[in-house]
Amino acid sequence: MRNIQTIAWKEVKTYFASPMAYVVAASFLAITGFFFVASVSDPFSEASIRGYIAGAIFFMVFLSPALTMRLLAEEQKLGTLELLMTSPVREWEIVIGKFIAAFVMLALMVAGTFYFVVVLSWYGDPDIGPILTGYLGVLLYGSATLAIGLMASALSSNQLVSLVVGAGLLTALTVSNFVADRLTGTAEEIVSNFQLGSSFSVFDTSSFGVVEGGHFADFARGIISVTDIAYYISITAVFLFITVVLLESRRWR
Amino acid sequence: MIRLEHMSKSYGDYPAVIDVSAHIQQGEVVGFLGPNGAGKTTTMRVLTGFTPPTEGSAAIAGYDVVSHSLDARRHIGYLPESVPLYLDMTVMDYLRYMGQLRGMNRKWIDERLPVIIEIVRLGEYQNALVGKLSKGYRQRVGIAQAIIHEPDVLILDEPTIGIDPIQVVETRSLISELGGEHTLILSSHILPEISAICRRVLVIHEGRIVADDDPENLSDRLQSAERIEVSLRGTQPGEAIAAIRELRHVVDVRRDNRPVQERMAEQGVVALVVDARPEEGATEDVARTIVDSGWGLVNLHPLPMTLEEIFLQLTTEEEASA
Repeated sequence: MRNIQTIAWKEVKTYFASPMAYVVAASFLAITGFFFVASVSDPFSEASIRGYIAGAIFFMVFLSPALTMRLLAEEQKLGTLELLMTSPVREWEIVIGKFIAAFVMLALMVAGTFYFVVVLSWYGDPDIGPILTGYLGVLLYGSATLAIGLMASALSSNQLVSLVVGAGLLTALTVSNFVADRLTGTAEEIVSNFQLGSSFSVFDTSSFGVVEGGHFADFARGIISVTDIAYYISITAVFLFITVVLLESRRWR
Repeated sequence: MIRLEHMSKSYGDYPAVIDVSAHIQQGEVVGFLGPNGAGKTTTMRVLTGFTPPTEGSAAIAGYDVVSHSLDARRHIGYLPESVPLYLDMTVMDYLRYMGQLRGMNRKWIDERLPVIIEIVRLGEYQNALVGKLSKGYRQRVGIAQAIIHEPDVLILDEPTIGIDPIQVVETRSLISELGGEHTLILSSHILPEISAICRRVLVIHEGRIVADDDPENLSDRLQSAERIEVSLRGTQPGEAIAAIRELRHVVDVRRDNRPVQERMAEQGVVALVVDARPEEGATEDVARTIVDSGWGLVNLHPLPMTLEEIFLQLTTEEEASA
């Protein structure tokens, strides 16, 4: 436990000392801000944060791997992984520590969007239920994307490779409905159930920001479903586990 | 303190270390001597638990590096050859972090940090970013992180490679001081470095231990020939060679044809290489002959054997005795 804390704290401090976290946070706030404003600017528009949420989950496909790409790739490039792995620290402690650091950054970033809610409450009368489930969904979805990004970071000592692999995997999981549409029976059901989240509606000005498909849809509607929560937690756990295995396998090379 | 039992390590089909056995007692200062690619680093990586052996076993302080890896690792301070450091941390933050990872509590770290900074003489740079330091200072930070938790076993892989000569001297004296407190393993491809610091040398060549001895015995075994470099003035090369060849212990005399000697030759300086039997007196005899003949003695010094010659000698020795 202490090792996890030590590693997580060190990584959080490194985030604050390096430009990448600021760039990611600024992009996130700018993009989500834009979609939020766009979704509530029409006359008679709904006082909700769905535009923000749709923008957030769509762009996390790229921003999460940008946040995690350094975490393990840099350790491999600098060779510091050798010192880490010869210290009395277990692989899973390294992985969990780094994941927590990335999650803290993501949570801070998401917390930076609370003013949307304040603005909504000031000018309108938003339904607070979907807002809370929306935020819960964003955090759960975010943790899944970070786990996938971290796994990509363990694959290579090159941060750019990690970014591309991570974003590629996340894109594949986001658009898996395209594949599912062309399948039938059980195969279709399996593939469609793997859909991380889909929010291409952010680009559709008529339905602005209605999240459809994937495990995110219910959160956006204000529904908390055990299946969806279990899905995101499972994805997070599975990819963190793969990351641990990847680190362990480095010993045998 | 350290036990290697028939340890072999292969990377795929390539055998990096073959059937290495060694026991190292507490407090011993041991040097791994060998050319690049001999298996020194691989042996160290097995000892530090970074990579498991393919066959055989290794144990630190009684803990097997595979089955009780964490316990074994707690007893180790390690500096890899590449001196990996986080470049965007300050020296103090970095050492604090490494201390915490080695299981030190806050109080212990606070007490230990000033001591460490003093030992490795990093006082003025303690708040500098590691990335801003020169190679030599990074080396000190690397050594500092290896000793911060007062480990029983200290493993340093090529600790003087790639730093400038003055810093090499400082680093060597620093390592010598550390030898008193820790069981120390140090690797190098420089024989004088190993002889200066270590009480025991394991010569590793092509993945095997070809000699395990103290430095004095080792150099005695190696002194089956002596090579002397001589430069003189005031005579013709042929005359000088003939005169020196007459001497008792001299085996062979030839001109030194290296390009660096050509300018000297233009100034009338004759450069020779003399091979002699290792008995006492060859060097003195050569000097006396030159002086007695009325020639000018410009330079005379015994050449140390090159590492290649040492390994050639040790490996042929092994084969002969096998």
